[in-house]
Amino acid sequence: MENAHGKVIKYGDNVDTDVIIPARYLNSSDPSELATHCMEDLDKDFLSKMKPGDIMVAEKNFGCGSSREHAPIAIKACGISCVIAETFARIFYRNAINIGLPIIECPKAVAGIDNGDEVSIDFDSGIIKNITKGTSFKGQPFPEFMQKIIDAEGLVNYINSK
Amino acid sequence: MGMTMTQKILAAHAGLKSVEAGQLIEAKLDLVLGNDITSPVAIHEMDKMKVDGVFDKDKIALVPDHFVPNKDIKSAEHCKCVREFAKKNDITNYFEVGQMGIEHALLPEKGLTVAGDVIIGADSHTCTYGAVGAFSTGVGSTDMAAGMATGMAWFKVPSAIKFVLKNKPAKWVSGKDIILHIIGKIGVDGALYKSMEFTGDGIQYLTMDDRFTIANMAIEAGGKNGIFPVDDLCLKYISEHSNRKPVVYEADADAVYDEVIEIDLATLRPTVAYPHLPENTKTIDDSVKDDIKIDQVVIGSCTNGRMDDLRIAASILKGKKVAAGMRLIVIPGTQQIYLDAMEEGLIRTFVEAGGVVSTPTCGPCLGGYMGILAENERCVSTTNRNFVGRMGHISSEIYLASPAVAAASAIAGRIADPETV
Repeated sequence: MENAHGKVIKYGDNVDTDVIIPARYLNSSDPSELATHCMEDLDKDFLSKMKPGDIMVAEKNFGCGSSREHAPIAIKACGISCVIAETFARIFYRNAINIGLPIIECPKAVAGIDNGDEVSIDFDSGIIKNITKGTSFKGQPFPEFMQKIIDAEGLVNYINSK
Repeated sequence: MGMTMTQKILAAHAGLKSVEAGQLIEAKLDLVLGNDITSPVAIHEMDKMKVDGVFDKDKIALVPDHFVPNKDIKSAEHCKCVREFAKKNDITNYFEVGQMGIEHALLPEKGLTVAGDVIIGADSHTCTYGAVGAFSTGVGSTDMAAGMATGMAWFKVPSAIKFVLKNKPAKWVSGKDIILHIIGKIGVDGALYKSMEFTGDGIQYLTMDDRFTIANMAIEAGGKNGIFPVDDLCLKYISEHSNRKPVVYEADADAVYDEVIEIDLATLRPTVAYPHLPENTKTIDDSVKDDIKIDQVVIGSCTNGRMDDLRIAASILKGKKVAAGMRLIVIPGTQQIYLDAMEEGLIRTFVEAGGVVSTPTCGPCLGGYMGILAENERCVSTTNRNFVGRMGHISSEIYLASPAVAAASAIAGRIADPETV
């Protein structure tokens, strides 16, 4: 799979789906429209400071709250190439895999990466390199079954290929 | 090795004799649920699948409830998409305005969720049906689409935390106080990826509505599901609401749990969760000392919009008036609850107290409509989340509480102990 390479935008614990995409915008399901409100209630400067390809890093329980798939859709549509977190809330985790948003659980990488660091990721090996600090980390590999969904770039393609 | 109640239900639906925590399985689904926000995305995804319609028109429930009756043109388009899909696929359990209710109040009432079922819903509070002894869990829209198309879903078999509820709770302590206390104790990721299995002699003192409230908020502790043993009260509820036969599973005596947590219900106090996480809990006693002035009170939602909730709120509000400037919004969970509340005179009590009573909707809980908060406003709400901006402006504050505390606070104009109003 393609590597990710970009600057890091880092957040703390319990980033919930209401701040990732507030419900007042859920009268739309258009990815490009959702993307224009991504992270709005947590970080109003997010869209102006992020560049396509950038990497989001967060601490515990990222994506907690609602089942809205609009949350990973908004993050993917605004151009974030990967989310690294200590842990993900379980529905967000499923949703990200199902829609093809790359995510990695790696507490050590989260501890060793600061806001603004330049990071590259090799999805096949799970190696996360912090280019700014000259360090590297290995993310948790996905179970084989999930890797098949990821390789198919989402659940719809996976089901169609069966 | 013994299995938990959840693991037994999953094993049976995967056609396996036994399963263990961490195992990936594919399970047959008894029900797939979606609402007006999540279903349009699922319908769009299903269109991309090479399938010929839905797996079973009787095993899909479509409940437009979040922004319904349509709050604006875009919401109306979403609802139209769901309505047309339901018509095209001849979906038996599509609930139009007039028949609908808040999904998690509605489906058990309609008898669509019974003990032993495996249920997925594209709504995080789908875990509610653990109250009737079902395995039910929230998923996203793509999982919903796959479920509607194939009747199957993949799961990682969860490990479990066993909560032993002991003794009888005091007068004003409800299911809401119990689950808020638990979330305060273990944190919003305290049960991440896990089952929350509730057991113990204290369960006999909990009404079905209490149990729905507790199972409903398992997700606020990060749980995959919350589940109750099936007792006589539960079987009575199911037989009164459903023609389907429940299948009763019990945890093995040697089931393995990650943790066993005992909760003495007799020692609990009414509990309030402060902004901006459900784990920020305080007892009502500490909360009253904080002297928190309130602008709005919401009583309703999939967490606390059932008859018990409305009855207890009305018992406190009867013959009283809400504080000057207070906005009290009461939302019965379903049309049946609305009718029952009307017949019992509860609606009159709310209106005479100075409250408004709305048609069933999720509206204000997620900041959709019907009670949005302005800058710096504070709300006591019987809903389930108090995240930043959840009910409106990002500086507004939500205090989660039981219907009793909410009703008392509406009268006092500040967070109040129901014992003292």
